[in-house]
Formats: sequence, structure tokens, C-alpha cells
Amino acid sequence: MRWLLLKDLQLLRRSPLVTALLITYPIVLAVLIGLAISRSPEKPRVAFLNQIPQDAGLSLGDTGGFSQQEARSRLCAKIECVTASSRAEVEQKVKDGEVLGGLILPPDFLSKLQGELTTNASEPATVEVLVNQDDPLKAQIVDDRISSLLNQANLLLSEKITDVAVNYEQLLATGGEFEIPFLNQTVHVLGLERSEQILRSIQGGLSPAQRSQVEQVTDFARLARENLALANQLLSSIRQPIAVDKQVVAGSVPPLDTFAVAVAAAITLLFVTVLLVSGSLALEREENTFTRLTRGLVSREGLLVEKALLGTAAALVVTLLLLLAITPFESIGWSRIHLIVPAILLAGAASSALGLAIGAAAREVRASALLAFALALPVAFISLVPSGTVSKGLLDVIHVIAGAFPFRPALESLEGALSASGPSIGLPFLHLALLTVAYLAIARIALRRFA
Amino acid sequence: MSENPPRARGAGPVLEVDGLSKSFGERRALRDVSLDVQAGELLAVLGPNGAGKTTLLSILAGITRPDAGRITSSNGDVGWVPQQAGLYRRLTVEENLRLFAHMEDVEDVEGTVARMLDQTGLQERRHDPVSSLSGGNQQRINIAIGLLGAPSVLLLDEPSSGLDPSQRVRLWEFVAGLAEAGTTVIYSTHQIEEASHYGDRLVVRADGETIFDGSFDELRHAAGPRPEGTAEDPENDFVRFLRQRGH
Repeated sequence: MRWLLLKDLQLLRRSPLVTALLITYPIVLAVLIGLAISRSPEKPRVAFLNQIPQDAGLSLGDTGGFSQQEARSRLCAKIECVTASSRAEVEQKVKDGEVLGGLILPPDFLSKLQGELTTNASEPATVEVLVNQDDPLKAQIVDDRISSLLNQANLLLSEKITDVAVNYEQLLATGGEFEIPFLNQTVHVLGLERSEQILRSIQGGLSPAQRSQVEQVTDFARLARENLALANQLLSSIRQPIAVDKQVVAGSVPPLDTFAVAVAAAITLLFVTVLLVSGSLALEREENTFTRLTRGLVSREGLLVEKALLGTAAALVVTLLLLLAITPFESIGWSRIHLIVPAILLAGAASSALGLAIGAAAREVRASALLAFALALPVAFISLVPSGTVSKGLLDVIHVIAGAFPFRPALESLEGALSASGPSIGLPFLHLALLTVAYLAIARIALRRFA
Repeated sequence: MSENPPRARGAGPVLEVDGLSKSFGERRALRDVSLDVQAGELLAVLGPNGAGKTTLLSILAGITRPDAGRITSSNGDVGWVPQQAGLYRRLTVEENLRLFAHMEDVEDVEGTVARMLDQTGLQERRHDPVSSLSGGNQQRINIAIGLLGAPSVLLLDEPSSGLDPSQRVRLWEFVAGLAEAGTTVIYSTHQIEEASHYGDRLVVRADGETIFDGSFDELRHAAGPRPEGTAEDPENDFVRFLRQRGH
């Protein structure tokens, strides 16, 4: 078996281009996938055209309002605003794909909004959004972003309006000075509390009939004041009616970076091992050496074990190289190497066994490579589908399919090995061991018709 | 070259086959085959396609299990050379020989590799990858690997198929040299020309049965007189024999 292993390594050395591709392609692929799923989305680039006159602003009485500067800075904190000077420029940027969408604030936007807030204006304030929905995924993203931005803008506005309403109610309840918008005049408001006090103070000098009538007015003033206080609380609560108290009931979540590293490592390991082992086994048949070897030189089981050892060793080397390469950019918990190595070895063994089953079934190098890709790539992707994003029935199906392949337990093992806050590694290790045995058995059966 | 000492032909059977039968589903590939093979004998197994030549050699090599029958080898070791060269084409000639020598547990690996390179005449090409060799040279390495374990009996499955005439001649000279040195060689072929030149004994098979076992002269005699006006041609003699036996 030792000589066969050396021979396989010699063959790999003789094919530097294939070996380099075999290693670099999955690593590049894995790192890209890891980055794609772990990084929070960048701020969407939006072409922004403001046609509102420079000195215009939104006034909300004596509590203030919005200046254009403030509104712009708050909006551009959520998106990357690419300033445009004309509608045509916005259209061009959207068409060219330079920006995700275009946002145009028309000249009458603020005056219409002001009208909505101060009168019963029938025409709503409208912003214009230009989008390029050249593919369904992008269309979905654009819709989500626009909806999110609109909700945030409306929420911001409602917060300001709530502040104004609360002030007005306070004024009605307790009295005070009130500045009439646009007229620059200040008036004194008596307020319900003071009104009630005045009426009570004069009650003693009134006839019983008059006293009874005044009492009704003072009771109303008290009731109104108390209810306004309640309304005040209600309005204040509208600012953020629902608070979030997050409780983790299942799953240990490692840092997002660790998850990305684990995904990259698991994908690399799976692809390198499955492709190498399936191709190596199929090559024995294509070179007509299988029968020569298994006719007394090595047993069929021995040959499978040799290939599995080759794959597991390759998995260890390539995955450790990947982790070393990532180390300058991401923090790798090398102090947990005593867990990382067993996780890689078990994942490598299970992936090798899968490769053997593929190689034995496909019987040709090209067919086995095709089958390895056709199986490994979709399995890796469906294994990454998070729960809650699809229906329960579909998720169950995904779990069953993903559980039949080594990617998911390999990912969980690596997550658990790389981070103390990752999932426990006991079950994934057992899962990988069972898959190794099962796939070796399938490969052994498939070898019956291999020669 | 084999490590076995040279043996005189006919010194005694090195391989005894008794009542071999093999079926693949409904098709009977071998029916009650029995034969003894003498030490140093060059035995050609002849027959049309589907006659069961490869099946017989596979069973003798231990690759295929017979449904019935018994094989006895006096020395126990039987070398086998597949029809298609079973070699690692990216490895060099020497690396292939060394790998299989190690796997055969040969004691003096380097000495054996050197001997095989001499015997195949490929000493100068020892560092060339096998993929760069001609079909004939690949077949020589293929046979040399079959000889690494120093077998007393060597089985060759259609060794000359796919070779051009000059490669074929060189190959048969090489095989004849092995037999001269004492190795018993059993080979399958459907080339009567080759069998008549390089076979001490011919076993003709058709429809799963052995229909002739003897020398080429005996086969020609069994085929009956040549029609007048026809030239001496082993192929004509063989076809005449098959027709006479209803095949």
C-alpha cells in the first residue's frame, strides 16, 4: 500500500498543472463563497438627484423640522449617494449598472410634504425611483432596498410629527406659550389644568344650580387632562412600539468570520478530496492497472483504503494551507489545533469515501470529475440554506439530502473546531464516521463491476 | 528475466486444468475444458471472437472464478499480462518496473529492474514516460511486469493485438526467448500465422469447446488435403479445419 501511495503522489507531481488547478480552484471558489456569505452587504450605490430649491426645508412648528442637509446626511448614511446633476445622468447611471437605482427628489417634494402635514392636501409628496431590473435577483434586492429606505424615511417623519403632537398635547393639558407657525406670533395657552383651577376657585361664590353646571365643566377639564396624559404616553410609545428581546433557543453561533472560514475550508476540502480520490480510482481502470493490482498485489479493500488515505492526507495538507493563508486576514484559533486536525481528518475521510463511491460508479476519470462536481456543488449550496428561509417541508428534504453527504457535518465539525462558540463536535464527528463507512461500503459494492 | 532456472520442455506438467466450465447468464463461455501444460511449452489458444479464449486465460490467472473445474499449478505462481497494457503512462519505464517489483515483494528490486530493462531492450529509454513509447514497446514493458514475480507460467492475452508487423515480430522474438529460457507461455490469439510460427502447441476453441489440441502440423493434417491450385497458407488451412468441424 505504501508503494501505491508513493506512486499516486508521484503521479500528482508529474501533473503540476492539474494538481495546481485541483488545489487553487476550490480554494479561490471557497474563499469567494465564504466572503460572499459572511460579509454584510455593502451600502447600495444610488444615484441621487435633489431638485428641491436649496433654501427650502420642512417646518414642524416650534419643535423644529428638517433641513435639507440633515435629511441628506441621514439618507446617505444608509446608502452610498452618487450625486447626479440631471435626470438623464441618473437614467444613464442606472442603465449602465453603475448604481443599483436612482432617487430623484422633485422640486415640489417638500412643499407637498409640508402641505400634507399642515393642511388636508390631497396630493401626496412623491419621490421618483429609477431602477434597472435586468435580472430577478437584482429586482428583488432593489425592491427590498427601496421599501426599507421608504420605511425608514416614514419612520423618521412620524417620529418628528409625534414629537410635535406630544408638545401640542402638553400645551393643551398644562398651558404655556405657543408660536404660530409662519406668522412669528406667540400666544399664551391657558391649558386644562389651569382652567380647572380657576373654575374651582370661583365655585364657592356661585348658586347651587350654577355650581352644579361649573362642576360639570371642571370634571370635564380634569377628565380631558388625564386622558391627554394617557394619549401622550401612547404617542410616545409609537416612536418604537415593539422592543426586541433576542433569546437563542437553538444553535451556537460562532463569529461570522469563523463561519466564513469554516465554509471556505469545508468547500475546499470537499472538492479537492472528492475530485482527487474519484479521479485516482477511475484512473486505475483507465490505465488497465486495476485488474493487475487486485490480482494478488493488493486487495480491493486495500486499494480503497489506500485511496482514502491519499484523499485524507490531501485534505489535511490543503485545508491547513488554506487556514494558514487566511491567518493574516482572519483570526484562526490555532490554539484549538488538537480539534482542528481531527475535524479535517474525519471530514477528509468521509469526503474520500464519497470520492471512492463516485469513482467506482463512474469508472472513468472524466465522468467521475463531472459527477463529483454535479454532486458536490449543489450539496454544498443547499447545505448552506438557513432554516426559516424556506418552508418546513422543503427544509426537512434539504436536511435529509444534505445529511447524506459529508459537507454539512464537515462544516459543523470545522465550525466547532475553529471556535469555542461553534456547535458541539461530537455529533458531526459521529456523522462523518458513519458516512465514511457507508460510502466505503458503496464503493466496495461498485467495484464488483469496475474492471 | 525470470529468476527461475531454465527448464527443459516437456519435463512435466506445470499446469493442469480439469473440467473447467463457465457461463455468463445463458451463454456458456467454457464447457468442460481440460488440458495439461508442460514446462517451457509455448501454447497458443486459438479461436474466433467469442470462443472463450479470454475467459479461459482470466480463469487461469485467477481473475475470474469458474463455475466448475479445478486448476493445479506445480509451482503455484502464474504471471498474467492483460491484453491492454496495464501501466502508469505518466510514470517512466523504470518507475513502472520498480513500483510493480516492490509490490511483488521482489528481493533485489534494482537488480530485477535492470534485468528487465536489458531483456526488453529498453535500457536507453528507462527514463522516458511510458506514454511516449510505441505500442510494441509498451507491450514489452507490460510483459516484463508480468515476469517480475518470476512465474513459472506466463499468460498473455492477445499480446500482439494493435501492433504493426515489425513490432509484432520483435514481440514474438521476445516471447520465444522467454520460453527458451524455461518459462511456460500460454497466449491467446486469433492469428493462426502467429500460432503456427510461435506455438509449440495449439488449442483451438469454438463455441465454448476445445475442438483441437496439438501441433500446427497435426492441425494441417486434420484439415485434410489442400484444394489443388491453392498456395500453402496457414490461414487457409485453419479456415478449412474450422469448416470441416462445422464452425
